[in-house]
Amino acid sequence: MAKIIIPSPLRKFTENQSTVVTNGATVQEAILELSEKHQGLKKHILDGESNIRSFIRIYVGDEDINALEKEATSIADDTIISIVPAIAGGSY
Amino acid sequence: MSNLLSPEELKRYSRHITIPEFGVAGQEKLKQAKVLVIGSGGLGSPLLLYLAAAGVGHIGIVDFDTVDDSNLQRQVLFTVDDVGLPKAEIAEQRLQALNPFIKVTVYNTALTSENALDIISEYDVVADGTDNFPTRYLVNDACVIAGKVNVYASIFRFEGQASVFNYLNQDGTRGPNYRDMFPEPPPPGLVPNCAEGGVLGVLPGIVGSIQAAEVVKVITGVGEPLVGRLFTIDVASFETRTLKIRKTDVQIKELIDYDEFCGLKEEKKAIKEISVQEFESWKNLKKDFHVIDVREPYEYEISNLGAELIPLGEITNHLDKIPRDKKVVVHCKMGGRSAKAIEALEAAYPFDNLYNLKGGILAYAKEIDASLSTY
Repeated sequence: MAKIIIPSPLRKFTENQSTVVTNGATVQEAILELSEKHQGLKKHILDGESNIRSFIRIYVGDEDINALEKEATSIADDTIISIVPAIAGGSY
Repeated sequence: MSNLLSPEELKRYSRHITIPEFGVAGQEKLKQAKVLVIGSGGLGSPLLLYLAAAGVGHIGIVDFDTVDDSNLQRQVLFTVDDVGLPKAEIAEQRLQALNPFIKVTVYNTALTSENALDIISEYDVVADGTDNFPTRYLVNDACVIAGKVNVYASIFRFEGQASVFNYLNQDGTRGPNYRDMFPEPPPPGLVPNCAEGGVLGVLPGIVGSIQAAEVVKVITGVGEPLVGRLFTIDVASFETRTLKIRKTDVQIKELIDYDEFCGLKEEKKAIKEISVQEFESWKNLKKDFHVIDVREPYEYEISNLGAELIPLGEITNHLDKIPRDKKVVVHCKMGGRSAKAIEALEAAYPFDNLYNLKGGILAYAKEIDASLSTY
């Protein structure tokens, strides 16, 4: 099963797990499955219209999904999906 | 032999000069370089020490802050004796003691939309070691407008990021910048801050050193700088990745109000505040008011004002505990989380009796009761 790497700021929603496995066949399915399984995560990744928020990037391997097929990018069993948030440091 | 480097300098930098692709030419480039480091805290400490040791000829330091006890866990430029003193000035002393062959210029001020372009224009390369989103976007935009390379690094808990933004390619084009990666910052409520966040003390040592290496590579042309790539490290799991960043059609024409851009202004305007002095006078006058502490239980254990503890994350589940018939002072460590708590409460019910304790328990400890433990 494909693996999703959860960044530190969002781990409080995944019981501190740094990776979560997914059965999704596309990035969209994987993100939806993840946010349904872990309440509270969804609003941090998706906006009200289910678009990925502008301060979050989603990668499949080392490639940004915007350079692939965006949310429709398909994933295989050995795919690693990374959620990369903007981080600024300690203050805000 | 070198026209630019004295015999003492040639000896001092001999371990650089011995590297074949570096040589005297690389060291001369470092000596002629002017690097502006923004922030002399967690990232700035290793960054500045290594840039000074490496022989960067002119280093500028921008920092308005003073050294605090809680900085010493990671900001290795400073010692106990420096607490309360201006960081940029202490940093200058340390760097000049480490390497008298370099020049250090100090800007003991905050970087703002008004002064950023003037300061940055004096330098060849900028290294961003700040700790907040408004300054990150300001540094990025100013570098794009002024045509400077921005060597970026950022940290949070166990994770770090680094990249080289706005790099001048050989064909005259520029590499991606921060806005190509993150066009907009997260709204204030969506990321943990202050004590909620935290950082492993050694992490800025690792990531700031990577940042220093990238500055040296950009100046000397040695190796392949992190252009169009974002390096990420999680020291907890030791996962490291290098992810591609592509240019977008984002346009940056002028500097803006970055507090407003990052959603910080509205919050400040909307919420009623009370200073620690007023708070103390309410107490002394035995006014009938209620106090709520929205920090985490472990923080409450370190020190508290005897308030009712309802952590920020649970506040809206306890609307029934918030009095409506008297004034309620809400506080946290520094005032940020309590402002969020008031916002959330006012969104859930039309309260008009909530006051944010300005500066939080830290301000109370500083101004009123020095016996309180701070963290």
